[in-house]
Amino acid sequence: MTETNMVKSVCMSEDEIERSLTRIAHQILEANKGADSIALVGIVTRGDLLAKMLVDKIEQIEGVRVPLGKLDISFYRDDYLTYLSPEVHSTDIPFALEGKTIVLVDDVLYSGRTIRAALDALMDFGRPDAVQLAVLIDRGHRKLPIRADFVGKNVPSSSNENVRLFIEPIDEFTAVEILELGDGDRIGSAPIAKRGGE
Amino acid sequence: MGFPHKHLIDIREYSREDIMTILETAKTFKQINERRIKKVPTLKGFTVVNMFNEPSTRTRSSFEIAEKRLSADTLNFGGSGTSTVKGESLTDTVKTLCSYKVDCIVVRDKHAGVPRKIADISGVHVIDAGDGKHQHPTQALLDLYTIWEAKGSFEGLHVGIVGDIGHSRVCGSLIPALKTMGCKVTLVAPQTLLPARPDVLGADGVTTDFNGILPELDVVYMLRIQRERFEGAPYPSLREYNMLYGLTQDREQYMKPDAVICHPGPINRGVELDSYMADHPTRSLILDQVYAGVLVRMAVLYLLLGGSDNGADS
Amino acid sequence: MALILRNARLIDPQVGLDEVADLLIRDGRIVEVGHDLTAKTYVERDLSGKILVPGLVDIHVHLREHGFELKEDIASGTRSAAHGGFTAVCAMPNTTPITDNALAVEYVKARAAEVGKCRVLVSGACTKGLGGETLAEMGDMVAHGCCAFTDDGRGIKDTGMMRRVLDYAAQFDRVVMPHCQDDELVGKGQVNEGVASTRLGLEGWPAEGEELEIMRDIALCRLTGCPLHIQHLTTKRALDLVRAAKAEGLPVTCEVTPHHLVLTEDHIGDDYPTSLKVNPPLRTAEDAAGLIEGVVDGSVDVIVTDHAPHAEWEKDREFELAPFGMIGLETSLSLILTYLVDKGIIDYNRMVELMAIRPREILRQERVALEAGSVADLTVFDPNIEWTVQASDFLSKAKNSGFIGYELKGRATDVYVGGYATMENGVVVE
Repeated sequence: MTETNMVKSVCMSEDEIERSLTRIAHQILEANKGADSIALVGIVTRGDLLAKMLVDKIEQIEGVRVPLGKLDISFYRDDYLTYLSPEVHSTDIPFALEGKTIVLVDDVLYSGRTIRAALDALMDFGRPDAVQLAVLIDRGHRKLPIRADFVGKNVPSSSNENVRLFIEPIDEFTAVEILELGDGDRIGSAPIAKRGGE
Repeated sequence: MGFPHKHLIDIREYSREDIMTILETAKTFKQINERRIKKVPTLKGFTVVNMFNEPSTRTRSSFEIAEKRLSADTLNFGGSGTSTVKGESLTDTVKTLCSYKVDCIVVRDKHAGVPRKIADISGVHVIDAGDGKHQHPTQALLDLYTIWEAKGSFEGLHVGIVGDIGHSRVCGSLIPALKTMGCKVTLVAPQTLLPARPDVLGADGVTTDFNGILPELDVVYMLRIQRERFEGAPYPSLREYNMLYGLTQDREQYMKPDAVICHPGPINRGVELDSYMADHPTRSLILDQVYAGVLVRMAVLYLLLGGSDNGADS
Repeated sequence: MALILRNARLIDPQVGLDEVADLLIRDGRIVEVGHDLTAKTYVERDLSGKILVPGLVDIHVHLREHGFELKEDIASGTRSAAHGGFTAVCAMPNTTPITDNALAVEYVKARAAEVGKCRVLVSGACTKGLGGETLAEMGDMVAHGCCAFTDDGRGIKDTGMMRRVLDYAAQFDRVVMPHCQDDELVGKGQVNEGVASTRLGLEGWPAEGEELEIMRDIALCRLTGCPLHIQHLTTKRALDLVRAAKAEGLPVTCEVTPHHLVLTEDHIGDDYPTSLKVNPPLRTAEDAAGLIEGVVDGSVDVIVTDHAPHAEWEKDREFELAPFGMIGLETSLSLILTYLVDKGIIDYNRMVELMAIRPREILRQERVALEAGSVADLTVFDPNIEWTVQASDFLSKAKNSGFIGYELKGRATDVYVGGYATMENGVVVE
């Protein structure tokens, strides 16, 4: 898929993203009364990078490095038939979920379907004590009863727009952009340019 | 976007890229097979028929596990109680199965060409689980996966295939697949165990000098000798076969230090392999192959059923 | 009443004829060949633009009756023959019961007389039940009109028995027509051994399985002196064996089929088309080219179809389970016209030799020539008709042709047997 979408506006700059993540890190610690029982799991392909940045920030604030995992939801999608990604990324959760509060991290919260799939996937790995959700952008238009516990920015958008996070090092720059949706384009994360995604 | 195949019938229709996509997808299934809940909901609501018209416990079990771990509903159809035994034609049997509204037929048959025929009749996804002496593409893919994991790449690998090549459906797929991936393939067998034209399969060479070729091989692929065909066999005795073509401990001296051993199973210990070689801690990949079978079959099901035409015309 | 066939191009190398002229026919025989013929009372047919030759004969046909009427019967098989331009066919004995006795010979003759659309010559088995063990009553069968002997469908395995067959048959002035196949070597062979068998993963049917038995039978021909006609020969080396035997002066002849001339093992695609499963199998391109050379130079005596009808469901099976054989009567002439005559490889004279003259000689049948006094068995074809082979067009009960979809040029339009039309303007006369 070639990226022909028109960029309508940049809704978060690199600095804004940085500040939002710092705030979210504080909120997570506050809500969970410290870093003792929490672990972060990012949803590939960009939530995992945000999760890593949050882990770094939590370490700066609290001096504790909380466990970090990443989750690929390809096998749990409900749109398998209409959108097969032959490129499956790996899931890596190098710790037991039991007794932990898992903070799922994703870039953009939209319909809620990705989070639904992620919850299913997560439950197949074990039984966490609780699951919370942190997203950089909430653009509304929910189709499932799902809400984020921690939100970087609420961005009102129309359904013919795509809100996408670009982030270094997998993209050439870091920003959140609102793009015009072209014919046949699919709402969702941007393909990873570096891997030559089609 | 998507996978450019509807069926897996002839491995020669798959490009290097197609095969790499399968192997890489197979790799992502590894973690699912290693956690407590070895199941994902991907194929929920799909019905896969395992139509095994000749006995095969291993391949069928492997497919069934792969299907179940992807949450497909499975129907095992075949064996001695099947309608084909009662005189129903293949065409009628397949049309009957299609009336159940199935999504995919995995077929093993003792007659070459049956998977293609089923594909033509049924219109659903068809996976060849071995047809006559013709092909066995998922076996070739699991072999490739095992070799890839062990060696890191296919670049410059020299694979020797030893034994009953002429009666082997595995070879019908494995030799072309190894060639597609860029390996060199040498067949090691007496002429009684060779097909009429090994070059047609893509083999680079043929030899009867096992000891002579061993120092060049990165992968030694031992085929199963059909004990059951011993009457009028193409070799005088299992003992002599073992002497000339068995991979025995005393042949290890000729092997490269990092040469590995594959075998499609089940093994005849003391015939094509002795226990020392079959159980060799660093060289033997035989159990890795079995494991790879589940991964590769999961990958094939995942890619085909979600592939190019989305199964919509089934 | 007389019949006058006007303005066809008459071709018959037996009498050195190749010109546009008329034929006057009365009481089943040709009365006169000439221009502007007339008679007291007559009907006439204008055959302008068409070619008229001595009636074509196919000496290797399976009519299946009695026993396998689901595949074909004498009524449908002879209609298929007429539709393809044939005036006579020779029926093979592998029916149920087997044509290995005079009663069976009479049965086929009687059915043919009753329901047939062409002459049916009857071949009898060499051995009882095609078993290869006991001589069949050849003398009695000859007395009842049997024209040749064959155990077609299988080779006579025992060399001593084959010698006995030839020794015994030698007294009757009838040809013995072996189906040359070494069972041990051929085994369960499905396709030509080599590229096709390897590519398709099927048991190979090696060329040597045919050549060895041809070599043996030629040696036995030398030993016994009995005339030998090799059925459906398929390889270049086999043809060389026949060439050498002929050069030596042995009474050896042979036949080839259009499918072995036009098709090769490479036509058998990975969809495993059972219509191309034939015995002997389709061979290599070199073999096909070698056979065509033999057709040109005269080492091949006869074109036959080995018309082998099978029910649709019998062929709609796994390749290894499907029966061998394809039908051919309705495509044979057109294939020869398209692939050999139209391409200038052979001329019409040679075609007439291969399909009308030599078949009669080998089966010891009365000569048919375009001259006064000859039986009026005649084939008329239009060399310019272009048509596409379609299963629905066949009058055979069976549809197992390997040529469906082929675009051919030239087709039989009119056929006369004993002066009576069996086909007119492409339509079989009922």
